[in-house]
Amino acid sequence: MARRIRVNPIACDAHGLCAELLPELIRLDDWGYPIIEVELVPADLSRLANRAVDACPTLALLLEDVPD
Amino acid sequence: MSALEGLPRILAGLDPGGAPMSAARHERVHGPLPEPRDLISIVERSGLRGRGGAGFPTAIKLRSVAGRRDPYVIVNGSETEPASAKDALLLERLPHLVLDGAILAAEAVGAREVIVAARETAVRATLSLEGAIAERTSRRLPMRLHLGPGGYVSGEESAVVHAVGGGPAKPTFVPPRPFERGLRGRPTLIQNAETLAQLALIARHGAAWFRELGTSEDPGSMLVTLSGALELPGVYELAYGTAIKDLFAAAGGSREPIQAVLIGGYFGTWIPHNLIGAVSLTRDSLRRAGCSLGAGVVVALGESACGLHESARITAWLAAQSAGQCGPCVYGLEAIAGAFARIARGTPERGELERLQRWCSEVRGRGACHHPNGVIGFVQSSLETFADEIPRHRAGGCGRRPVGLPLGPRAGDAALS
Amino acid sequence: MTPAIASAALGQSYWYLTRGTGIVALLLLTAVMVIGILGPLRVSLAPIWPRFALDAMHRDLSMIAVAMIVIHVVTSVLDGFAPIHLIDAIVPFQSAYRPLWLGLGTIAFDLMLAVIFTSLVRRRLGYGIWRLVHWLAYASWPLAVAHGIGTGSDSEEAWALAVTFACVVLVALATFVRVIRAERIGENQRTAAIALVAAVPVALGVFTFEGPLSPNWARRAGTPMQLLAPDTTPAAVSGR
Repeated sequence: MARRIRVNPIACDAHGLCAELLPELIRLDDWGYPIIEVELVPADLSRLANRAVDACPTLALLLEDVPD
Repeated sequence: MSALEGLPRILAGLDPGGAPMSAARHERVHGPLPEPRDLISIVERSGLRGRGGAGFPTAIKLRSVAGRRDPYVIVNGSETEPASAKDALLLERLPHLVLDGAILAAEAVGAREVIVAARETAVRATLSLEGAIAERTSRRLPMRLHLGPGGYVSGEESAVVHAVGGGPAKPTFVPPRPFERGLRGRPTLIQNAETLAQLALIARHGAAWFRELGTSEDPGSMLVTLSGALELPGVYELAYGTAIKDLFAAAGGSREPIQAVLIGGYFGTWIPHNLIGAVSLTRDSLRRAGCSLGAGVVVALGESACGLHESARITAWLAAQSAGQCGPCVYGLEAIAGAFARIARGTPERGELERLQRWCSEVRGRGACHHPNGVIGFVQSSLETFADEIPRHRAGGCGRRPVGLPLGPRAGDAALS
Repeated sequence: MTPAIASAALGQSYWYLTRGTGIVALLLLTAVMVIGILGPLRVSLAPIWPRFALDAMHRDLSMIAVAMIVIHVVTSVLDGFAPIHLIDAIVPFQSAYRPLWLGLGTIAFDLMLAVIFTSLVRRRLGYGIWRLVHWLAYASWPLAVAHGIGTGSDSEEAWALAVTFACVVLVALATFVRVIRAERIGENQRTAAIALVAAVPVALGVFTFEGPLSPNWARRAGTPMQLLAPDTTPAAVSGR
């Protein structure tokens, strides 16, 4: 089951922990808000993605199942 | 076929003095409220699409709500687009047609309550609606009016649902969409006022009648708000497929040569004058010109105005209309509007245009609602259409006075036909 | 070594552990508070300490603090000198030993457990409820400090006072900075918060002077009569 990451832009407060933990998938724009460069989470980054979701101070990062 | 043959339909019987159509007159003009057996199938065959801007097939929306428990129906008459006046006209002068559509839709999806959402500044429309709701005697459903603040984003579907439910008139994070979980967590059918007016006529006259006008892909008539450098700006009912030059003719022609036409309102796209002749009001023709019709808003920019100044001003206003919930929208649009303003003033910083384009591509799609995307689309279209103006402004200006295309709430709602 | 001396020696080690883990828990919780308070202000020591590392420290230190407090509680029960029971760790103000001051520690611990539990199930709970409960930390920490001053065997020792004072200053300063920088509060709320940030350390200070640093504290604090030495001057009582 593939998974993808998504940001709830209303909840996001630009703390930036997600980009620190998942630089392969997320980078920050000029104002510190996350740009999801790669939506689909590769298997080897799955645990890190979970950790990033856990670490987000406002629970704005979401990990969703993608039906394939 | 002339632009006005087979018309008016929705605007039939409109009082030239501006008075709202009473229930009695409404029944004389359009006939009694019908009881169609399978309204959703009729709507499906008619090919009716939403008239609020997204153009979503109405039958699909009806079906997705009809299968669910205990839905609500919301009439979206918010019309927060400054250059649009058609919904205000409907709510003020033809309220019964809209309410007919709302009741028919409610009966079709099994809803037991209808809420009509309007702008709190549209005072005449509000009074007219209250009178119309009180006037209805048969097949009554609980119907109430909800008045919203009128900010640009407050007319967006999820914002209306949010506000009617008691929250702020700001968009919410979707999914879930209103048809799944809307007002008070229940499935909610939210339709533009004109869509419901069209539906009320389709229920009376049938799908085949609806398709007598327009094209096979874009059937029926639509209300268009024409403004700008035209002799008779106002709300017109026209068939899909009408060429833009015939639109202008219907509005009494242009007051001066037109340099560009804005289609779709302030989230729309410009068509430069040399391409206007080839474009007609169908989704296909507009798509090929890089546009979509939006909520039927057409603004004609005369030669005496400066496209760069006008669009920079509109962009600044749009950026300020952000709900303020999402960082990329708040900061991104502010930066984009600032850069655009400097370009329009002729004093861009080094690399300003490249930075602006980068911001556009980075901010797009990163808000909770469509707002940043619409603004960015408008900015990119403006910069492309008025590209020639940029060096001219850097060299010292274009010498044209600002026209001041409408922004913000309107005092009265212009409606001529 | 005779059995009596052996059990006395064992008794002493439980007591030392209780005191030791108490102080260590205070230090850990102070660090947890400061990180938690200043973290959201984007205080970052990147790239050496990226924000996710600070966040991890915040969580890890709080877990270690819980472990310390569990040892703190268990050893205080096992130590036969003062009549403390396990239930006193959850239900406040019932103990035979200094019920009020022990009870404050109990409440502080209860609040801590609520904060930590909700944090463990944060994703299921949703951000709103989690945040509301997490604010209880601002109540828990000063109660823990008051508990330490009130029940602490070393409360008059200079080193203990210095450590406690330093911790209070750190948390008060951090909270002050947070209140000043807060964006989404009204001016009235900000003023009230600043008043609170000033009032709590002052209250703790006053309490320290009137309490442990004043005569007969052990008796006034609720130490059971049979545990009080006949000579109740601070030196003779040695903090009990």
